[in-house]
Amino acid sequence: MTDEIPENEGAGRRKLPGAGLAQGLATTFKTMVTKSHTRQYPDVAPELPPRTRGVIALIEENCTSCMLCARECPDWCIYIDSHKETIPAPTAGGRERSRNVLDRFAIDFSLCMYCGICIEVCPFDALEWSPEFEYAEYDIREMLHEKPRLGQWVESVPPPPALDDAAEDPKEISLAQKAAAKKQAALDAAAQQEGTADGDA
Amino acid sequence: MSSLSWWLEVALRIVVIFAAFLVVPLVVGQMEHKAMAHMQGRLGPMEAGGFHGWAQLIADGVKFAQKESVVPDAADRTVFQIAPAVALIPYLLALLVIPIGPGTQVGVALDLGLFFALAVMGLAVIGPLMAGWSSGNKYSLLGGLRSAAQLMAYELPMLLSAASVAMAAGTLSLPGILDAWHWYWLPWQLIGGFVFFTAGLAELQRPPFDMPVADSELIFGAFTEYTGLRFALFLLAEYAGIVVLCLLTSVLYLGGWHGPFAEQHLGWVWTLVKTFLLAFVVIWLRVSYPRLRADQLQKFAWTVLIPLSLAQLAITGVVRVL
Repeated sequence: MTDEIPENEGAGRRKLPGAGLAQGLATTFKTMVTKSHTRQYPDVAPELPPRTRGVIALIEENCTSCMLCARECPDWCIYIDSHKETIPAPTAGGRERSRNVLDRFAIDFSLCMYCGICIEVCPFDALEWSPEFEYAEYDIREMLHEKPRLGQWVESVPPPPALDDAAEDPKEISLAQKAAAKKQAALDAAAQQEGTADGDA
Repeated sequence: MSSLSWWLEVALRIVVIFAAFLVVPLVVGQMEHKAMAHMQGRLGPMEAGGFHGWAQLIADGVKFAQKESVVPDAADRTVFQIAPAVALIPYLLALLVIPIGPGTQVGVALDLGLFFALAVMGLAVIGPLMAGWSSGNKYSLLGGLRSAAQLMAYELPMLLSAASVAMAAGTLSLPGILDAWHWYWLPWQLIGGFVFFTAGLAELQRPPFDMPVADSELIFGAFTEYTGLRFALFLLAEYAGIVVLCLLTSVLYLGGWHGPFAEQHLGWVWTLVKTFLLAFVVIWLRVSYPRLRADQLQKFAWTVLIPLSLAQLAITGVVRVL
């Protein structure tokens, strides 16, 4: 009100007295009638992006106990125990096979820094991001999620995004199609050969 | 028998006014919570009471009542303890004489109603001054003295602009002023209404005129040392003051119970609508504008509001003579 502020705003455009005051009122009124930014979180679930890094889920069947994830983990929060079992030979006189059996798979989420490297390196897609995030505990030791708990998160893992229209088919499909085409070709060839044989007779 | 019904009527009037005195300021306070929040992109209280936090101020009141009431060693005990009452009771008294509807819908139809209301509103500012002086704290003292300086500066334009309405109506009685009111008083008394409302805001120490309680420099001005229920009473006094100021402004300048239709039956609704609209403006101004400096406050009163109110007096006089 009192001090003369040098009029250096705008390119010589003179404003009506009180225009700034009216502008202030307009700004607050506009904010009042637009939607507020507050999220009512515990009452209203947040809308998370589909690939949210909430918690890491384990698809146990895919795990071969290869330890890649445990070794790549920057803060060593993955614990894996496994033992070797031998499977008797499927046919008589055949060779016995051995395979790894997963005894323990645990991720300590009190150490995890959610970098996702374990998920990146898993060659068999046994680890996936789940968007679940409500697993706070009163005791830090309970942040160590063992195999069954890691398995529970699988339900909430979203399906992978659809491929682009112009993309190649997934490997499973293209391989199956190739095999089917080969078999069909073989059948056709056999049928043709039979036909020519008939003609000769 | 007639004496009994007279007593009943008096009791009823007192009960109604006391209830309004306790409830309407809380409604304004809740409106401030919500309107201010939305103006800042927030939601405001949402939990207390369930539905959009409607019981927030009741919860606040319960909290204040539970707190210890501390009187500092250096304080002047008696003055310190009665200051909240001095701040609050004048607004209750002012409510008595303000008509909310035509005819007998007024606590006391006092012939000197306008004079009485302005006198007790001026008295209310003694509360912060007493609080500031008796707290034994330099921040409180500074706040109290700033209150006093502000009162000195803003009482004059307020009285001058109110005098203009009294001149126009030819009476000091508030129901009398409303009986004389015509719609063309709106443009006629426009300047006076602006001056009265602005000066009233300054007397209530509402932002942008809240220099006496400037929290960034004076903690909370005269109320710094107060705790518990006494602090809550000061806050209640502020909101009661808003209610009284908005009621008076709507009665003097916006026609009170006059409205486009149903004046005789629903006059009190018009009064309340105008009052709450003005209360919204009070909140709106608080959110929109930064605080004025002490020297800006004084200069605004003496160089803008007082000349404007004198001009309003001159306009009123000229129109009356014509």
